[in-house]
Amino acid sequence: MRIRALASRIIRQFIRDKRTMALLIVAPLLVLSLMYLVFDSDDYVPKLGTIDLPDAIVQQLESESVELHRYPDAAEADAALAEQDIDAYLSLDGATPQLKLEGSDPSKNRAVQLLVARTLSDLPMPGAASGAAAAAHVEPAIGYLHGGEDMTAFDSLGPIFIGVFAFFFVFLIAGVSFLKERTSGTLERLLATPLRRWEIVAGYIIGFGVFTGIQAILIATYCIHVLGLMMDGSLGLVLLMTLLLAVTALSFGMLLSTLANTEFQMIQFIPIVIVPQIFFSGLFDLDTMSPWISWLSHIMPLKYGSEALRNIMLRGEGWSGIALDVYVLIGISFLFMAANVLALRKYRKI
Amino acid sequence: MAISNDICLRASGVGRSFGGRKVLRDISLEVEKAEIFGLLGPSGAGKTTLVKLLAGIDEASAGHVELLGTKLPKLSMLKRIGYMAQSDALYMELSASENLKFFGKLMGLKGEPLKRRMQHVVDLVGLGEHLRKPVSSYSGGMKRRLSLAIALIHEPEVLILDEPTVGIDPVMRQSIWDELREISAGGATIIVTTHVMDEAEKCHRLGMVRDGRLIAVGTPDGLKQDTGSDTIEQAFLYYGGVRS
Repeated sequence: MRIRALASRIIRQFIRDKRTMALLIVAPLLVLSLMYLVFDSDDYVPKLGTIDLPDAIVQQLESESVELHRYPDAAEADAALAEQDIDAYLSLDGATPQLKLEGSDPSKNRAVQLLVARTLSDLPMPGAASGAAAAAHVEPAIGYLHGGEDMTAFDSLGPIFIGVFAFFFVFLIAGVSFLKERTSGTLERLLATPLRRWEIVAGYIIGFGVFTGIQAILIATYCIHVLGLMMDGSLGLVLLMTLLLAVTALSFGMLLSTLANTEFQMIQFIPIVIVPQIFFSGLFDLDTMSPWISWLSHIMPLKYGSEALRNIMLRGEGWSGIALDVYVLIGISFLFMAANVLALRKYRKI
Repeated sequence: MAISNDICLRASGVGRSFGGRKVLRDISLEVEKAEIFGLLGPSGAGKTTLVKLLAGIDEASAGHVELLGTKLPKLSMLKRIGYMAQSDALYMELSASENLKFFGKLMGLKGEPLKRRMQHVVDLVGLGEHLRKPVSSYSGGMKRRLSLAIALIHEPEVLILDEPTVGIDPVMRQSIWDELREISAGGATIIVTTHVMDEAEKCHRLGMVRDGRLIAVGTPDGLKQDTGSDTIEQAFLYYGGVRS
């Protein structure tokens, strides 16, 4: 009864506050759309310079997707490289091909190297036995356990971003709202009623939970159906995970707001608690980090959520594949809520 | 000492310190039922701290507070107290009636009784025509009146008001005091803080607070007579001067 009164008051306040509503619902969609446009651009066409290459190689290069520029000597090619007109140039030192790269962008480096390696290996070797040449041309048939040939970077990272934005915006809004309850004196007023401390926390979780639920449904369906994010698993599980992440963010934001005195101090928590979580969310490969750093990921709620979202969406895993993540997030949420109830003791002992 | 049936609230040797700083020292007082008890003192004297202890929101570091025979703080007692804080703790996005309804529900009211009480308190503070407006559009005085209405919504036996008339024009202040007298005539006990001397005259009995101590308690006339003063202000100076 009292929890319901509190939750419905929060919902009513929220509906009146159009800006906050937009931040929670529209902002994640906007950012994800932008991300889609940024990531989902066409494959990069490398710009390659050539100096005195045999026709066979040039012909082979022309059959690839590449922009070729011819230069008479190395000096001019170097100048073009410095101007960033080309990404690299290929020349022959005797019989040995030499590739010089501009070098400041790893992804372009890789694209050029791949292109050159492919071109040279496809060249018919002069003087080689025809049988050996044919053998050199055998390409493996490629199959995928998950994903597929058409998978883009956005497909691969999308699930993480669904998690990150659901988490981030809810954290911020829940934190600031709960803070406002304190700074406006209404928290003290609430504590002058027979409302129990846990009822306050529960009312907040339920009231905000309604909007985070709407947010979760919107983000997930928008990404999958409008942006065409790869989706191999069940939508229900994606929604469950997104909602769980949001509830974790909700209880986390409320808890941290008790450590802040102003909205600005709440914003100061972002680089401390949100940014590191994004680093450990799977955006970067945890396997290549030193063990003690990657161990940190185990205390980051976002990691469990985004890992589970990837497992569902990219690897088509069912309940058994994400159950552990679900339990961990539920556990963390309850931990934060309990800490919240304790933190409210600061304002009323009973 | 037997607990008299006429005593509503009793504080015995109450002290409160925040991190070693003593804000209240050894305060003992008794407030009778249906009495308007004023706490008079300059800002910073510890009135708000004392009032929070009496309302059972805060817990005393020393001594204890008893309300209607029950030791505070106690959750169930909060239902019998109407508390109005010094700052208007209202939800600005909501209308006056939504604010009232919310606090009414927290106090356990619902349905028809809630509607009746809302109508009653709104008429009492004269906010009838502004009920549907969002509180953010209210003037300071209207917000104070709404805060008072909220404190009254559940027909509390004890009304604790922290500076209820700050920033309110004299006409409105007069009408609020008329209401308080009416409420007290209806049997409710009222504890009110103020730093305005002429307001103190309107209380049945007064407690003077200075530097965290209760320096005098009595009826306004009694305090004046005892000190041979013409005004409450002079009486306050007398008690303050003797102690310091």
